[in-house]
Amino acid sequence: MKLVDSIRFRLATLLQRSRLRAEMEEELRSHIDHRADDLERSGLSRSDAERRARIEFGAREKFKEECHEAAGGIFLATLWQDLRFCLRVLRKSPGFAIAAVLTLALAIGANAVVFGIMDGMILRPLNVPQAGNIYGTQYGSNPGWQSYPNYLDLRDRNHSFDGLAAFSFAFVGLDTGKNPSAATGYAASGNYFDVLRIQPYLGRFFHGADERGLNSAPYVVLSYAYWHSRFQDDRNVVGRTVFLNKHPFTILGVAPREFHGTVAFAFPDFFMPMVNEEQVNGGNLLHDRGSITAVFESFGHLKPGVTLAQANADVNAVGKYLEATYPQDFSHKPTLLSRQGMTAFGGAVTAFLAGLMLLAGMILLAACANLGSLFAARATDRSREIALRLALGSSRRRILRQLLTEALLIALGGGALGLLGSVALLHRLSTWQPIAEAPARLPVAPDGRVYVVALVLALLSGMLFGIVPIRQVMRANPYEVVKAGANARGSRWITVREVLLVVQIAICAVLVTSSLVAVRGLARSLHGNFGFEPRNAMLLHANLAMAGYSDDQMPAMKRRMIDAMETIPGVEQVGLVDGYPPLAYGSNFRANVYQEEATDLRQSKAALAAYDYLISPGYLEAAHTSLLTGRSFNWQDDKDAPPVAVVNREFAVRIFGSVGNAVGRHYKRQDGTRVQVVGVVEDGKYMSLNEDPQPAMFLSGLQSPSSAVYLVVRSKRDPEQLAAAMRSKMRELDAGLLTDITTWTNVLALVLFPSRMATMALGVLGLMGAMLSITGIFGMAAYSVSRRMRELGIRMALGAQRREVLGAALGRPLKLLLIGSSAGLLLGLLATRVLAFIVYQATPRDPLVLAGVVVAMSLLGLVATWIPAQRALSVNPLNLLREE
Amino acid sequence: MSDQAQLLPGTLDLLILRAVSLGPLHGYGILLRIGQISGNALLIEQGALYPGLFRLARQGLLQASWGTSENNRRAKFYELTVAGRKRLREETDSWNRLAAAIAAALSPQAEEI
Repeated sequence: MKLVDSIRFRLATLLQRSRLRAEMEEELRSHIDHRADDLERSGLSRSDAERRARIEFGAREKFKEECHEAAGGIFLATLWQDLRFCLRVLRKSPGFAIAAVLTLALAIGANAVVFGIMDGMILRPLNVPQAGNIYGTQYGSNPGWQSYPNYLDLRDRNHSFDGLAAFSFAFVGLDTGKNPSAATGYAASGNYFDVLRIQPYLGRFFHGADERGLNSAPYVVLSYAYWHSRFQDDRNVVGRTVFLNKHPFTILGVAPREFHGTVAFAFPDFFMPMVNEEQVNGGNLLHDRGSITAVFESFGHLKPGVTLAQANADVNAVGKYLEATYPQDFSHKPTLLSRQGMTAFGGAVTAFLAGLMLLAGMILLAACANLGSLFAARATDRSREIALRLALGSSRRRILRQLLTEALLIALGGGALGLLGSVALLHRLSTWQPIAEAPARLPVAPDGRVYVVALVLALLSGMLFGIVPIRQVMRANPYEVVKAGANARGSRWITVREVLLVVQIAICAVLVTSSLVAVRGLARSLHGNFGFEPRNAMLLHANLAMAGYSDDQMPAMKRRMIDAMETIPGVEQVGLVDGYPPLAYGSNFRANVYQEEATDLRQSKAALAAYDYLISPGYLEAAHTSLLTGRSFNWQDDKDAPPVAVVNREFAVRIFGSVGNAVGRHYKRQDGTRVQVVGVVEDGKYMSLNEDPQPAMFLSGLQSPSSAVYLVVRSKRDPEQLAAAMRSKMRELDAGLLTDITTWTNVLALVLFPSRMATMALGVLGLMGAMLSITGIFGMAAYSVSRRMRELGIRMALGAQRREVLGAALGRPLKLLLIGSSAGLLLGLLATRVLAFIVYQATPRDPLVLAGVVVAMSLLGLVATWIPAQRALSVNPLNLLREE
Repeated sequence: MSDQAQLLPGTLDLLILRAVSLGPLHGYGILLRIGQISGNALLIEQGALYPGLFRLARQGLLQASWGTSENNRRAKFYELTVAGRKRLREETDSWNRLAAAIAAALSPQAEEI
C-alpha cells in the first residue's frame, strides 16, 4: 500500500509541476504583452512591438529553467524530462545502448551469482535464534574433526560455552517396514537441538537427558524435507518405529521446515543421537580418543559476557590439559574458534569464494572501464550537440545531469537484466546436486540481499562510467566547437580512455591466464598417476551392517561377493577394499606408525601417520596398483596368520630407508601390534590430487573386518551392461543388501570437484573478460579510425601504402593491447600461486600456458581490429574529401 | 545604454523588495518602478527579473496573486509579506553601511592631496 501511495504522491507532484509550468508561461507572456502594449503606444505596429518585446525579454527558455530552479524542488520534474530525453537519444543509437546494457548485464550477473553463492555458503547465518553468537571449535591438529571422548572433555571442562553440541554424519539404510533405502543423517549429541535453541515442527526433539550411556537413545528426528518426501507429511509418524541398519528406532518428531542441520550445503534426512551411532555403524568410534573421525564439529553459544579471546584461551587450555593427560592419543596445537559450519574446511572454501568474488569484481571493473571509454567517445562525438546546447543557454550542470541520467539508465537496465539472469541461474544451482549419493546442494536462494547488491553495484558502476566524460563537458568551449567542429579537440582525453583500456585489457589477460592455468592443471591431473587406474573399473559400494550382517559373517560374505563378480564374463580382476578406496570422500583415515623398536607409543612420538587401507587379496591387481617388490595378499593372510602389510614406496623409504630394505621387516602400530611388511607398491594419491607423496599402508581386510566395502571390478565391458550384471549377481547373493554401483571415474569426480568448479568458474570469467576486451579494443579502434578518416584519406591521396595507413589507424590500439596484455600476463602468473592451492598442478611455469595467453590475446586483438582495419583500408580519398 | 550601471550580484532582490514595498505590482510593473526610482540608471535584463521573483516568493518574502492589470490583462501581482518588509529594512540598513564605508574608502584622502 505504501508503494501505491508513494507513486500517487509522485504523480500528483508531477501534475502540479505541469500546472506550475503553465502558470509560469502565462506570467512571462503577460510581461511581454505589457511591454508590447507600451511599445505600441510609442508608435510601433503591434507585430513589431511584440517582436521587439520578445527580443528585449532575453533567453526565455533559460529564464524559465532558472525560475523552475528558483521555485525549488524540481528534481523529479527534471528527472522525468531527462529520462524521456535519454530514452529518445538511446533509441537513436540502439547499437550503443544494447552493447552497453549487455556488457553491464554480464558483469552484474556474474557478480550477483558469485555473491549469491557466497551469501548462501558463508555470509548467511544459521537459521536459529542468536546465530551470531555461535562458534565452532577447532581442535587438535586437524581442522574441525575431533574424537568423541575429546568432545566430552571439552564440553564438560570449558567455561565459555552455554552448552557445547557435536555432530557428524551417518550413512544408513532406513527401513520403514516395506522398502529399505539409503539415507543420510546427522549423528548428533543429545543436547544438539537445545544448544541450537530451536523447537520441533512436530512431536519432540531428543535432549541431553535422553542419553544414559551407550546405545541408550534409539530415537530419530526427521528433517522436514524427508518427512515430506518419504512419509508424505503423515502427522502420525511420531512414535512409529523405523529400522536404521536393521536396528529399531522410534521417531520422536520432525524438525522445523527451515532447519537443515548445521552445515550450509548439507541437507540431512534425519537426526539421531550420537550415542547410538556404534550400534548402527559398528566399530568403536565413540571410545577411541585417537580416532578423530567421530565428531565433525562441535559448537555452541558463547556465554553472555565471554569474549572471543577468553573463549579461545579457554579451549586451548582444555586442549593442553588433554594433551598432558592423554599424551598417547592426543596432541594439541593452539587453535582459534571459527565460524560454525566451516571449521572442518579450514579457510579453503572462504578463500576460494573470496577469490572468485574478487575476480567477478574485476570483471565489473573491466566492464566499467569499457563503458567509461564508450561514454567518453560518445561525449566527444556529441560535442557539437553539447556545444549547441551550451550556446542556447543550457547550464553545464544540466547537461552533466542529463549525461549522468543516461549512464544511470543504462546501469539500471544492465543491472535489471543481469539480475534476472543471475536469479534464473541461482535457482538452477540451488536444485543442482553436485555429488550423486550425498544430499548436498548449494544452499543458494536469491533473496533481498542479492537484489540489493546487484542494484548497488549497478548504480555504483553507472556512477563510475558516467563521470568519465564530466571533465570533457566542463571544458567544452561552445564557440570553439561550433566554429571548428569536433575534430579540433585536444588529444588529452584520449589518454584517459587509453588508461582505461589498458587497465581493462590487463584485467582480461589476468583472467585468461588464470583460466588457462586452471584448465591445464585440470587436464594434467586427469591424466596423472594416481597409483591406481580409475578407467575401466567399476566400484560397488555396500554396507553389510545395513543389511544386518554380524562381524563374524562378514568375511565369508565378502569372499562370496568377490567370487560372484569373478564369474561375470569379461571381468578381468576383482578386489575389495574396506571403508573407502583412495581418493574417495572419507578416505582420510590415517594411523600412526612407529619403528619396530619404539616403546613410547604416544601420538606425538609417531614416526609417521600413514593412510590406512584394508584390502582383500586381488585388490592391488584389480586397482592396477603395481607391486614394486615382495608379494600381495592371499586368502591365507587371515585372522589366524600374523599381521602383514603392503606399504607404498614413501612409507618404505621413510621407515626402512629404501624399498629393497622393507620386505620382511616389521613396524609397530599404536596399539603395539607388530606388523610385517610383505610387499611394497608404488606411491599414489590418497586424499587429494595436490598432496605431496604420502605414506600409505595396505593391511589385510581378513585380519580386521569392517562393514562398509567397495568392490573393485575391472573389465573393459560397457559400464551399463556390467553394472546390470553386477546388480543381478548381488540380488542372487542377498536381495536385502543395498548396493550402489558406479564407475571409479565417477567417484573420483568428487575429489576433482573443487578443481572442476574452479576451472569452470575461471573459464566463464575468462571468457567474459575476453568478450569485454574485444568490445573495448573494437570500440577504441573503430573510434580511432572514424575520427581520423579525413587524415587517412589525405594520406592515401598522397600515396601512403596500405601498411602505413593501417599503422596510423591501428597502431595505438595495438600498442595498448600489447601493454595491457603484458601487464595482465605478469599479474596473472603471480595470481596462479594462489590458484595452485585449489587446482592440482596449476603451475605458471608452463610454456604452453604462456603461449596460450599470447595466442589468445593476439587473436582477441585480431578479431577486435579486423573490422576497423577493413574500414580504414576501404577509405576512398575522393569521396571523403568531397564530403567534408 | 552605456551610461547604465551593471547590477552588483545580489542587489536585484533588494531592488525588487523596494519596488513592491510601495504597493502590489506585477512583474513588468516592478521593472518600470525600478527604472523610475533609480532614474533609469540600472541595466536589468527583463527576463532576469523572474528567477528573482520566484526565489523571493519561495523564501516567503513575497506573496503573489493573480489579478487584472491597468492594461486590462491578466497578470500576477506581488506584494511584501511581513517577513519581506523586515528583510527589506535589514538589507537597506546593511546596504547603507556598506555604501558609506566604500564611499569613505574611495573618497580622496588628506595624504593624497
